[in-house]
Amino acid sequence: MTTTEIGSPRRRKEDARLITGRTTWTENVTLPGMLHLAILRSPLAHARITSIDVSPALETKGVVAAFSGRDVADVQGSLPCAWPVTEDMVHPDRPPIAVDEVRFMGEAVAVVAARSRAAALDAIAAIEVDYEPLPAVLDMEQAIAEGADLVHAGKGTNKGYTWVFDSAEAGTGGDAGAAIDDAEVVIRRRYVQQRLIPAFMEPRSVVVDPTGDVYTMWSATQIPHILRFLLAVVTGTPEHKVRVIAPDVGGGFGGKLQVTPEELIAFVAAKRLGKPVKYTESRSESLVSAHHGRDVIQDIELAARRDGTVTGLRVKLLANMGAYMGLVGPGVPILGAFMYNAIYKFPAYRFECSGVFTNTTITDAYRGAGRPEATYAIERIMDELAVELGLDPLEVRSRNWINADEFPFTTVCGLAYDSGDYAKATDRAKELFGYDELRQEQQARRDSGDSVQLGIGISTYTEMCGLAPSRVLGALRYGAGGWETASVRMLPTGRVEVVTGTSPHGQGHETAWSQIVADQLGVAFDDVEVLHGDTRTSYKGLDTYGSRSLAVGGIALYNACQKVIENAKPIAAHMLECDPADLEFTGGQFRVRGNPDGGKSLADCALAVFAAHDLPDGIEPTLDADAVYDPVNFSFPHGTHLCATEVDTETGSVTIRKYVAVDDIGRVINPLIVDGQVHGGIAQGIAQALFEEAVYDADGNLMTGTFVDYTLPTAADLPAFVTDRTESPAPDHPLGTKGVGEAGTIASTPAVVNAIVDALRPMGVNDIAMPCTPERVWRAVQGGAA
Amino acid sequence: MTRVSIKVDGVDYEDDVEPRTLLVHHLRESLGKVGTVVGCDTSNCGACTVLMSDADGHQQGVKSCAVLAVQAADREITTIEGLSGPDNTLHPVQRAFHEAHGLQCGFCTPGMIMAAVDLLRENSDPSEQEIREGLEGNLCRCTGYQNIVRAVRAASEEIRHGRAEAEPAPPSQLAGEDQTPDSGLPRQSVPDETIPQPVP
Amino acid sequence: MIPPSFDYAAPTTVDEAVGVLAEAGEDAKVIAGGQSLIPLLRMRFAAPSTLVDLGGIASLREVRDDGDALVIGAMVTHAAVLRDPLVNEHLPLLVSATETVADRQVRHRGTFAGSLAHADPAGDLPAVALVLGASMEIAGPGGRRVVPASEFFVDYLTSAVAADEVLVSVRVPKQGAWVGSYQKFNRVAQGWALVGVAAMVRRENGSIAEARVGLTNMASTPLRATATEQALAGADSREAIGAAAARVAEGTNPSDDLLGSADYRRHLAGVLTKRAVAGLV
Ligand SMILES: Cc1cc2nc3c(=O)[nH]c(=O)nc-3n(C[C@H](O)[C@H](O)[C@H](O)COP(=O)(O)OP(=O)(O)OC[C@H]3O[C@@H](n4cnc5c(N)ncnc54)[C@H](O)[C@@H]3O)c2cc1C
Ligand code: FES
Ligand code: FES
Repeated sequence: MTTTEIGSPRRRKEDARLITGRTTWTENVTLPGMLHLAILRSPLAHARITSIDVSPALETKGVVAAFSGRDVADVQGSLPCAWPVTEDMVHPDRPPIAVDEVRFMGEAVAVVAARSRAAALDAIAAIEVDYEPLPAVLDMEQAIAEGADLVHAGKGTNKGYTWVFDSAEAGTGGDAGAAIDDAEVVIRRRYVQQRLIPAFMEPRSVVVDPTGDVYTMWSATQIPHILRFLLAVVTGTPEHKVRVIAPDVGGGFGGKLQVTPEELIAFVAAKRLGKPVKYTESRSESLVSAHHGRDVIQDIELAARRDGTVTGLRVKLLANMGAYMGLVGPGVPILGAFMYNAIYKFPAYRFECSGVFTNTTITDAYRGAGRPEATYAIERIMDELAVELGLDPLEVRSRNWINADEFPFTTVCGLAYDSGDYAKATDRAKELFGYDELRQEQQARRDSGDSVQLGIGISTYTEMCGLAPSRVLGALRYGAGGWETASVRMLPTGRVEVVTGTSPHGQGHETAWSQIVADQLGVAFDDVEVLHGDTRTSYKGLDTYGSRSLAVGGIALYNACQKVIENAKPIAAHMLECDPADLEFTGGQFRVRGNPDGGKSLADCALAVFAAHDLPDGIEPTLDADAVYDPVNFSFPHGTHLCATEVDTETGSVTIRKYVAVDDIGRVINPLIVDGQVHGGIAQGIAQALFEEAVYDADGNLMTGTFVDYTLPTAADLPAFVTDRTESPAPDHPLGTKGVGEAGTIASTPAVVNAIVDALRPMGVNDIAMPCTPERVWRAVQGGAA
Repeated sequence: MTRVSIKVDGVDYEDDVEPRTLLVHHLRESLGKVGTVVGCDTSNCGACTVLMSDADGHQQGVKSCAVLAVQAADREITTIEGLSGPDNTLHPVQRAFHEAHGLQCGFCTPGMIMAAVDLLRENSDPSEQEIREGLEGNLCRCTGYQNIVRAVRAASEEIRHGRAEAEPAPPSQLAGEDQTPDSGLPRQSVPDETIPQPVP
Repeated sequence: MIPPSFDYAAPTTVDEAVGVLAEAGEDAKVIAGGQSLIPLLRMRFAAPSTLVDLGGIASLREVRDDGDALVIGAMVTHAAVLRDPLVNEHLPLLVSATETVADRQVRHRGTFAGSLAHADPAGDLPAVALVLGASMEIAGPGGRRVVPASEFFVDYLTSAVAADEVLVSVRVPKQGAWVGSYQKFNRVAQGWALVGVAAMVRRENGSIAEARVGLTNMASTPLRATATEQALAGADSREAIGAAAARVAEGTNPSDDLLGSADYRRHLAGVLTKRAVAGLV
């Protein structure tokens, strides 16, 4: 195999349309006679709908239809949850439009269809709704206490499930409880993962065309295939009569890994009205109604010996589900369950998580989904252990981590980590960071009592990418598999069409997939077209999330390419008048082994099967091939991130002075794209540490309902990142790649918070709640100093 | 309804608009300029940024969601779709975003590019910090801004020196992070790519 | 989101604007740069019957030298303030404060006068207008009147400009021997000021002869910190400045909100005042 494309920083194919404004966002889709939908949303967190009258809306100019939940109760179905994590999980019905009761601010209550968007918006104001307020359940601990008010009165509890993993019971390790009882040192901490909002830049949008023979839905979704399947199931529409198109999609970060009320509402409305409909959310609707992420209380107990060796870990979580179960929401903390032991050789581990209902927007996957939470908790508490023992935080880590010669390593969770070299990544990070110099400067500032203190934060992480071996998902009660598909179609002129089941929304699959194909088939990068996101061309796939596309879909593509070569071989042999066994395929040419000239290219073979005039007997006239790949294992990228923060002790404001990320993501297909993924991931992780939080008031009103209050960082709020890589190829992957989509987000949050706490340690500070706002930091300084 | 004439990307348009119509909606829905997008309702995200002439005829970056179409009467507007030169050659900022991988999902990109064009008109040699502050009206959720800053630096060089001189600088050496290896793998140069152009 | 329906008028003179306002009644509203008003309309927090656009009144776009003061017309944008040579020469404090307002795009449309008329306690320029001793010329059905900055900011989002009036211009005395500094504290670059401090001092023989301190977002209107101003007069050391700055929260009434608690705001005001003044001596 010659590789010229793989590893090269190809500029992206998808850019051409994106930088010139020739994009097809769902919101750009306009159809003749199309009606616009507007949704009236609940202003209250919890209330009974005592009456609702949509008729005044019908009298508004331009309005064609208006309906409430009750009007469509028999056809709207209930939103699906694909991950009932336990057999007895409470899964309340979730009608797209609330029927009798609203359970979070922003829940849909009624819908108007009108000839213009403005008319639809004017009309929803005319709808009359009477609510009887019910007590809002907001605090997770109160929600599971005796006698608590209930989010779902009929269910008798606010606890959705309790899921346990215990290494002693699973036979993968020792008894964590015993380890803690017997420990020389136990560190106990509570960490809170604040609620975040994925805040993809493209608001969600959906268009449904019910005219013609099938229902066509365009949606700004990460999961066109899963959406098609569930639309069919939920609405009882035959699956072959549903086509879903995810055109250009403007970011997702897990936030568009959902089957949404809005999609079902548009589907039901289009079906009813027989006309194309469009709904595009406003940003304020998006922030209040698209699913949120994180929102977990973590109680952690770490047992260790005085020499720093960890002997056991016990983790107890309360995970806020919001008012209902989201598509994979209940499973998000479970994805993290296997990661609390991180890069370490902990001998005993117990994990217990309860999913709790509250009167808030549902939570579900947000970049990293479960793994950032786990990494945060363990990397924070490893620092606390270091302080307790008077050791350097890197020293404590290296005493516990898996050494390079110990791979593959089966962890206390039973996962087989494939490869890695934690020491190498850490050494490289220290070198780029100037670790020792910064430690000296830190000491100097401490000694001089500088009002600006310097802190150094460390985060060594691993994650599980490449979701996922289907059998593992099955064992975890997830509703679908984890395979991925690819088809390679050889056109008669030698150009190549690739159909992938992944569904990119910024990740650059069109480019990376072209690079893989170009290398495998020896065709030009520009001669490959990658098709995705339309269930008509790509009828099968499991879409894009969980850093899976390259790690799983990339192998499917690789395998499909190998099949194409195999299909072409007899044809080339026929043309070259030799035995197929004598042929070798290099640089896009079939040649008789040992004879450098006179070969036949794949294009020659493609033309030959197109004409089909002279093929070997019994040969099917095609080179095309499909492949479906079900991974045998996850892949485990890792890395070390170092962050230096300057903390102004007078105001509490935090500035990131230096940020170094050394990631090991296996082999790299396109370093430009990888760097971009890392940068964006780090930015989101820093934003969790410093800036972002979805806040509800005591009545359950979302206080951070616009970008004025939900503060995303701008370019002016972030530093430049220094990034580098080490490379431990994934042994289970023919291309050696691991996955990079979530690495930055997973690693950066603890690095930043560790740095802030490190700066303030001498003042007695050992934790600051996220986001570490200037006020919180200032208060910590006050409290610590007092 | 108010009659307004607006020149957009070099073409005069005359329409009756409702006074409440935002410029961005007029551009998208009446004029089909869907390259300009809407990302928020509080004028924070900058996705809708276009250039619009002021009362004295100078074009400057504005958020087209914070301008009423009637306020744009008799003004001249340039959107992302009108940024390319004659023969549809890319604007240096567009090219730099491509070269430096300054976009991922691309949703913020039209606004980001227009804001960068606006910035470079006022300051043709901005420092990294000036670029970061100059783009504070634009949100991007994908890139962490690093490659956007690099792209704007690269574009500024190109604008000041012309293309040939600016070309050799690989993206990783821009944006004041000279010591940044940024990639463990060598970045061999790839052939200059032809970007397919829209048919006018 | 889309604003509710309204009528629109684009007068070409101030008198015409006043006439249209009178005719259109109480629910009519002036629109200047629209950078505060249009987002409010989009969120449907405001529903005016008529918008009276000042954008067509050419005379309002001028900055005029009026001897010991500059007169800044109502349609002079933040961007125009930043590039105007007269403002740069005579009102450097206004320039440096305006640089912290919003972002480039918003500064291209939003106006100095609009910021004052809007009277947002978190707006940066009201406190600056206060310490600069600005006065506002207002036109209404009864003719023109002048209101000093000290009486202009009435309450949260309420200025002395009545519904049927137009703020025509702002007269700002030249700084002369006064030097100034605006210290804004926000969590993210896009954020509004949690607290802002506009400080001006006049020095004589190495110490502060006179000082003015204006506060952003420390009450429902911008405030002067009179106790601190008095304590600063004659201050000649860091300690004296620090002691004066420590009194800056006296008489303030900052809010407790999502951005920060009242306590923290009081504390910040002290730190920012100390930094602002220390940077000037
Ligand atoms: C994203 C964003 C960020 C911002 N950040 C900041 C910031 O950090 N600091 C800051 O200070 N400001 C900020 N602003 C506000 C900005 O400065 C506005 O320009 C300013 O507040 C209002 O000026 P305008 O000309 O746009 O007024 P408009 O929006 O047109 O009007 C605002 C109000 O004032 C009234 N009004 C305006 N002019 C007159 C007049 N001449 N006579 C009578 N009434 C009048 C209007 O009727 C309306 O009620 C921000 C705005 C946005 C959109
Ligand atoms: S759409 Fe967000 S600023 Fe205009
Ligand atoms: S590239 Fe996706 S928001 Fe900027």
